[in-house]
Amino acid sequence: MSTNTEWPLWEVFVRTKAGLDHKHCGSLHAADPKMALQMARDVYTRRQEGSSVWVVRSDQIVASDPGDKGMLFDPAEDKVYRHPTFYKLPDAVDHM
Amino acid sequence: MQASINLPADPQLQYLLRIGDTCLILGQRLGEWCGHAPILEEDIALANMALDLIGQARGVLTRAGDQCPQDYDEDQLAFLREERDYFNPTMAELPRGDFAFTVLRNLMLSTWLKLLWERLQDSSDTEIAAIAGKALKEARYHQQHAADWLVRLGDGTEASRRRVEAALATLWPYAAELFAADAVDAAAEAAGLGPSVAALREPWLAEISAVFAEVHLPVPAEGRFRSTGRQGVHSEHMGFILAEMQHLQRAYPGGAW
Repeated sequence: MSTNTEWPLWEVFVRTKAGLDHKHCGSLHAADPKMALQMARDVYTRRQEGSSVWVVRSDQIVASDPGDKGMLFDPAEDKVYRHPTFYKLPDAVDHM
Repeated sequence: MQASINLPADPQLQYLLRIGDTCLILGQRLGEWCGHAPILEEDIALANMALDLIGQARGVLTRAGDQCPQDYDEDQLAFLREERDYFNPTMAELPRGDFAFTVLRNLMLSTWLKLLWERLQDSSDTEIAAIAGKALKEARYHQQHAADWLVRLGDGTEASRRRVEAALATLWPYAAELFAADAVDAAAEAAGLGPSVAALREPWLAEISAVFAEVHLPVPAEGRFRSTGRQGVHSEHMGFILAEMQHLQRAYPGGAW
């Protein structure tokens, strides 16, 4: 539990370039949204990692329960036909 | 012991050194926060900004060196001048103070530099114009970072407000120098090298007042004190910061790593 003297936690998502998705890259404590964005920029994009940054309050993220892992994800295990690996892709199609 | 270099008396050279030295000395002051900032993320932010400023100083000092008959390089200009040959406004050299002091000084100087870089994009010196284009983006970020923090501290707790007000009382008298135009400015303006600092005063006051207004911080009246760093006449703090900066190059001439 965080105490009320601690700044809230934020999750940081960085997009490396246009067209790609934002990827989760870490978290930080900040007092307000502006500060979170500024710090995310300073901490996570110093080496040209980013062209866009998202920050989200960690307590706003709804997460699955680790205890439900078996129930939620194991049933997909034997359904190999869901992978589109049985098709031959034309050479012109990249990045699949 | 490496001897000091001599500068030719050239107003356009002095104009460039005033800009380069502002970045160099402020960058050194910000670098002092490395390992000492209130939180890790701000430590990185301040060091990032220090490195932006050192990068700007390198560009401008290299260009200034080209204009000396001795063709000095950036390191000679940064590390081998006598105190009287540095031309940063005094505000840049004041000790780093507390975090509120650093934030307020960054706000005042980054706003000033931003306005300067905006105009230097049209410099008759194409290399300076190119440096300005890059530096402007950095200065805009520095200004926003400082403004956000000033609002947070000015609007924060009783203690943070008190520190902001104390910083303002200390720093404000040094602001007048930023706009005290002289023959150096006139020469640069006439040559199309860059603007006279007098032209920056009104937009600077407007931008600073807008940030102050957000936290109901009154803009102090202008007093009669005038600092003189841009003339090469510095505060008692300058010798110490130069000693720290110059020690290695003086003791190990040409040392590199």
